[in-house]
Amino acid sequence: MTLDITIKQENQVLTVYLKGELDHHAVSKIKDTIDLNILKAPVKKLVLDMSGVTFMDSSGIGLIVGRFNRIRSFGGSMTIKNPSQTLLKILKMSGIDQLMKIN
Amino acid sequence: MQPINRMKIEFDSKSTNEAFARVVVAAFAAQLDPTLEDLADLKTSVSEAVTNAIIHGYEQKTGTIYMECILYSNSIKVIIEDHGIGIEDIEKAKTPAFTTKPELERSGMGFSVMESFMDTLHIESEKGKGTKIIMTKRFSRD
Repeated sequence: MTLDITIKQENQVLTVYLKGELDHHAVSKIKDTIDLNILKAPVKKLVLDMSGVTFMDSSGIGLIVGRFNRIRSFGGSMTIKNPSQTLLKILKMSGIDQLMKIN
Repeated sequence: MQPINRMKIEFDSKSTNEAFARVVVAAFAAQLDPTLEDLADLKTSVSEAVTNAIIHGYEQKTGTIYMECILYSNSIKVIIEDHGIGIEDIEKAKTPAFTTKPELERSGMGFSVMESFMDTLHIESEKGKGTKIIMTKRFSRD
């Protein structure tokens, strides 16, 4: 199982498109890629587009909270876009919906 | 309650096997024709248990994970066992957001997910001997 990552930056908005299964194995491979892109340019908003994510466990929660803390330390914000109903269940269960916008 | 089918496998504690384990369990459970939501809950819980064994049980070193599934007429029991370092305080480990590995950005939600997504969760662990997770899921039918 693989997780594909595509990153687009426009103005100060960094949008990360994920496609595949988001577990501990995948998280360890993409975490640094996202962080490097946050660091290399001034980013005020991080958008995580999860429309292509077909599976996520609590490792994904760790990835999201970690990136949220990082972008917040630079005074930025984070939004999650297009999670499936299955993903929404775990996002709500872990309280992510209280930390950031999900739409 | 009589089992109608049973399977047992073992595999290395490699992170690539997280997906392997959840797909195998889902394929085995599919013969009961569960709903997609039940299947997703089962896959997520298996992934949590296997990831715990890899990261916490074996601390990302080489080890063997033992997985057994028992099917009943409308439910499944999944047993996932490692012979790693064990859990010192099970109740503390079950506390939402508690993690012994914050440096790895672990959310500490693994046991909460298993408790929430499965119908029963039982944890047996002994320090230095390993951990056994026993969980069951009843399937609702469409």
